[in-house]
Amino acid sequence: MPFIPHTETDVRTMLDAIGAGRIEDLFDEIPADLRSRALTGIPAALNEMEIGRLMSERAARDGQALSFLGAGAYEHHIPAAVWAIVTRGEIYSAYTPYQAEASQGTLQMIYEYQTMMASLTGLEVSNASLYDGASALAEAALMAVRAHRKSKSARILVPRTVNPTYTRVARAIAGNQNLKFEDLPYCTEGGHTIVESLRHYEGQDISALVIQQPNFFGTLEDVDELTDWAHRNGAFVIAVVNPAALGILKAPGQWGTRGADIACGEGQPLGVPLSSGGPYFGFMTTRMEYVRQMPGRIVGRTVDLEGKQGFTLTLQAREQHIRRGKATSNICTNQGLLMMAGTIFLAIIGPQGLAQVASTCVSRTQALVAALGTIKGVRPLFSRPRFHEAVLQLDRPAAAVLEQLAARNILGGLDLTEHYPELGSAILVCATETKTQGDIEEYARALSDVMKSARAA
Amino acid sequence: MSNIPSDLKFSKSHEWVRVSPEGIAEIGISDHAQGALGDLVFVEVPESGRRVSVGDACAVVESVKAASDVYAPVSGEVLEGNPALTETPELINQDPYGAGWLMRVRMSNSAELDSLLDGKAYEDLLTSDSH
Repeated sequence: MPFIPHTETDVRTMLDAIGAGRIEDLFDEIPADLRSRALTGIPAALNEMEIGRLMSERAARDGQALSFLGAGAYEHHIPAAVWAIVTRGEIYSAYTPYQAEASQGTLQMIYEYQTMMASLTGLEVSNASLYDGASALAEAALMAVRAHRKSKSARILVPRTVNPTYTRVARAIAGNQNLKFEDLPYCTEGGHTIVESLRHYEGQDISALVIQQPNFFGTLEDVDELTDWAHRNGAFVIAVVNPAALGILKAPGQWGTRGADIACGEGQPLGVPLSSGGPYFGFMTTRMEYVRQMPGRIVGRTVDLEGKQGFTLTLQAREQHIRRGKATSNICTNQGLLMMAGTIFLAIIGPQGLAQVASTCVSRTQALVAALGTIKGVRPLFSRPRFHEAVLQLDRPAAAVLEQLAARNILGGLDLTEHYPELGSAILVCATETKTQGDIEEYARALSDVMKSARAA
Repeated sequence: MSNIPSDLKFSKSHEWVRVSPEGIAEIGISDHAQGALGDLVFVEVPESGRRVSVGDACAVVESVKAASDVYAPVSGEVLEGNPALTETPELINQDPYGAGWLMRVRMSNSAELDSLLDGKAYEDLLTSDSH
């Protein structure tokens, strides 16, 4: 499909046809005091050369550090074929296309994506993707409250082991729509949410329980027990999962006796580069019985008049352009480009490849914890099994240690002090399959040096 | 011309009401409404126990062409939504005044019935709308 902007002659012809002098005249009916004037606080436009320069300068500031930083965005190997395919003209678009059915190839790719995500999460239906993992959790909470018709409380229990930035985003998006997010404590021994901590809520009207697996600390939650508790107590289960971990962990659809009701999360580990923090893509899957409460676009497979396979946007009566104010969400597109990368990534590495990535992450992280844990002043916290992250407690201020590591071109992890002051000075470290034994040893040497020199707390 | 039974009351937004001797209002959408919507593919009925007031959006009917809210023509407590519509929404197309009922409501103010239209008035409304 060609994308050719209209020429001045085209514009003139159209204006003449409707008897308008200038494009401006078309907006006459909007009262002048409601029109936006020149934007203040927005600098003048940059040309292509200037913007190229600015962006290279900013990218250079990120450097090429040896990164042990995870906390929601993860460095994975991306096969070269992924972005070679994604950037082909036929599919290089950020959005669900307009006149979607004219782009059968794009729709088929989205359909394949949905099939992969449904299969990966063990649930029946997926949407075409959302903005990112954090907003996907907000959408999942809103969806749970809509779909759970027996619960009136709009209370959502969120363990503190859920990514704290996700919780913040969910509060910002859904808090003004009367959803109440309530913190659940975690076990300081295991670093997980304990079912006993939920006893207080038994007999109360709870709309949903959020369970993140692996949780923000990298430790594994008792997903079966938590899921069954929620269902026994009439609450929905919202699973927040890392799709890369699903190569080896139980799919949310298989949690407990009935499985999670909604699964969501961040799709970035599937073929999307870290690129200074985004854009990434969110995903969401659910049971078929709740599909009409799911936000976002959905592609369906059908047959045309001649009986040939075709793809189409389906169940659009949930969406803004049809339901207006009563739509499930104001989301009316998908994170097309990044979702495409995720689809191609999964297609290239396959189920075995994903399992291999996941298990390599686990063993790399075990090696990392073993190497760092022996350094004086460093103590690994939490006894539960881990995926690819771990919490290390330090005997001196984390910020200073991380700063000194950065000076040696190592991103040592995330300082947890802001979100988890009760842990004292602690950092969250991560090792994916991209980290070799040599990398781990380099980090251990650097940390050992820094711990000797940095001032104790 | 659509079917308009004379023993029912109608709202301007195309709901019908049939009142039982016990004061229970059975509510659905008119033959005209189902015809205008086309083949129904999904219906969401209210939970029993929900209290509705006149004009509340209390159900959703979705067809291959459009999705519409259904507004409560009377106030009261929902006794039940028609469970058959979950699996067979087409009952509304086939039998809008019978098997395709949407919900039963215990009315809290039967005087509200007076502001609804009778069959003749509803027919006049449809006639004037079509001009």
